[in-house]
Amino acid sequence: MPEGNLCNKKTVDTKEQLQALLADKSGKQYYEEMNHLEVDREALWAAIKKSFKSRMKTWMEVCSHCGLCAESCFYFIANKRDPRQVPSYKIQSTLGELIRRKADVDNEFMQMCMDTAYAKCTCCTRCGVYCPFGIDTGIMFSYLRGLLFSQGFVPWEMKIGTGMHRIYQAQMDITSEDWVDTCEWMAEEYEDDWPGLEIPVDKQNADIMYTVNAREPKHYPEDIAEAAILFHVAGENWTVPSVGWEETSLAMFAGDWAACKMQVESVYAAMDRLKPKRMVVTECGHAYRATVIEGPYWAGIETGKTPVESFHYVEWVAEALRTGKLKIDPSKKIKEPVTYQDSCNYVRNAGLGEVAREIMGYIAEDFREMTPCREHNFCCGGGGGLNGIGRYREQRNVGLTVKRDQILATGAKLVVSPCHNCWDAIRDMEEIYKIGIRWSFLKPLLISMIEVPEHLKPKEE
Amino acid sequence: MYEFVTGPLAWFSFTVFFIGIIVRIVLYIRGLDWKADRVTYRVNVAYGVKGALRSIFFWLFPYGTHSWRNNPWFTFWVFLMHVGLLLTPVFLLGHNVLLRERWGVSLWTLPEGVAEVLSILVIVAAVLLVLRRIALPEVRLITTAYDYLMLAIAVAPFFTGLMAFYRAPDYSFWLVLHIICGEIFLVAIPLTKLSHFILFFLSRAQLGMDYGIKRGGMKGKGLAW
Ligand code: SF4
Ligand code: SF4
Repeated sequence: MPEGNLCNKKTVDTKEQLQALLADKSGKQYYEEMNHLEVDREALWAAIKKSFKSRMKTWMEVCSHCGLCAESCFYFIANKRDPRQVPSYKIQSTLGELIRRKADVDNEFMQMCMDTAYAKCTCCTRCGVYCPFGIDTGIMFSYLRGLLFSQGFVPWEMKIGTGMHRIYQAQMDITSEDWVDTCEWMAEEYEDDWPGLEIPVDKQNADIMYTVNAREPKHYPEDIAEAAILFHVAGENWTVPSVGWEETSLAMFAGDWAACKMQVESVYAAMDRLKPKRMVVTECGHAYRATVIEGPYWAGIETGKTPVESFHYVEWVAEALRTGKLKIDPSKKIKEPVTYQDSCNYVRNAGLGEVAREIMGYIAEDFREMTPCREHNFCCGGGGGLNGIGRYREQRNVGLTVKRDQILATGAKLVVSPCHNCWDAIRDMEEIYKIGIRWSFLKPLLISMIEVPEHLKPKEE
Repeated sequence: MYEFVTGPLAWFSFTVFFIGIIVRIVLYIRGLDWKADRVTYRVNVAYGVKGALRSIFFWLFPYGTHSWRNNPWFTFWVFLMHVGLLLTPVFLLGHNVLLRERWGVSLWTLPEGVAEVLSILVIVAAVLLVLRRIALPEVRLITTAYDYLMLAIAVAPFFTGLMAFYRAPDYSFWLVLHIICGEIFLVAIPLTKLSHFILFFLSRAQLGMDYGIKRGGMKGKGLAW
């Protein structure tokens, strides 16, 4: 059987396909079928020949096997310095071997590649900062994921995720109606406490077009309400698009580049339609990276920039605090020791280290840096889609220990984490290792601290 | 024999060396692809140049980056070796005498004692790097025979050169061997992964542009390598 019913080289473009995948609990049948999936060597080699160019070729060729990248990888540290966790080894034994063999590889090899590309690398790109030649293994693993995807070797949840993007232009099954309903519901729900609170949908020419992570309408609708409250208090002229509101990209983790393009184009179309002055993205790392940093390239925009200037939520918060649009009540600042988790996807991939410190300066009295931090920060352990993949739960949990120890060393019990993935990883870390920490997005913390102007307070009756 | 290795063979190796390097540069740059690499090389050029220069500059100095600082001894010996590898052949008195004889030009030269010490240090550094490869499990696993061959090719001219310098018995044997080893080294630079001689700069520039243009260079102060 060259192709399975569920596990195959086809992309998921219909609701029926998606339903069939979802019905296969934890991907049992899917992974069983994967054991029989045939490798189309010709197509694979053709794809490599077309896309494996000088940058990666050079990385692959000049690696002097010096091992400086070893300690840069949190997996190497978490796995007690297992030499098989050295970035150079991981990539040479997978992508390197694939190329040396001119794609003449079998099913077992492809599964080994998949297991390595997902469970031994979160594409955090930290190793690239430590290699004398600038060899960015994270980028190569992301490329390898793309090759694996084209051959059908992709974890079950990631296959579903790409299907969601292809069908709903969102990582979850949320339609435009669901989304707009959620916005209306949240506005009503919080209106009593915040008179005049609105979530304007599809307003033209607003100053800010706000976009989110589909998990928010699906699981944490309060997050949308909180964003609305903060925009409301800051007096922003803002809107959300009814279509093109989703920033995330499981397709990026899965290496489904065509779906990546479709996804970001839905957001860019909303920009064209609503003509906002700028876009602000919710507290999510990979979403920002996908839509703002990488997206323009997928969409073929030659300037490498989104159609309107785009900001991560931390940038908006820093600006609002700096300009006084949001004022912190000094007596409500965080008194206890607090630390901050830099998300790889916007610290190493977008340079947003400094603004985060600015925010912490406004809201915390005892801010403690993790070591290392900023661009040198370690991955939370759940990056690259790993949080969501059942098959690699164990490896993920081992990986979490590096971040756990980093947090413990600060002595802080509260972790500010403006990224959905890091937030999840830290939540799971507490569940597994019980270290007595709490974690939070910025929004709820800010709401508990800001000074609310009299006219925005509910009238006492 | 001496005439042959310092004549036609020398011409041949220098030609391969220079043309090879030019070909490497051209192929590297031609193989860059803004869409696939996701770096707008041609737009935002100023940011790109700044990123590229920073990325090369910090790495060019010992202890200039986190990675160099985290590995102080490795950094010490690697830099020493590279300084010896680059300076000695170019500024050696003997080489320049030969240059003047043949082409009537010569460069400033290193005092002979300094050149001797540098050559010895290159060999010591290479031995230490080999020991490191064997001693550290994380380096041992990734090391291949090819890596040892590269070290051997790089060190051979120094070893044979010293033997000739010390007038070991069979002086002319060592001298000819030295010249051949030097020529192998020259040819190997563009043809093997010793091409990092030039690709180091290109690859560093590329990642530097990536950081300078896309990954935050336009927003922050630039990556703290
Ligand atoms: S640090 Fe760079 S050159 Fe050294 S082993 Fe790692 S990838 Fe290779
Ligand atoms: S990208 Fe991150 S997880 Fe992957 S090998 Fe490099 S340091 Fe390790």
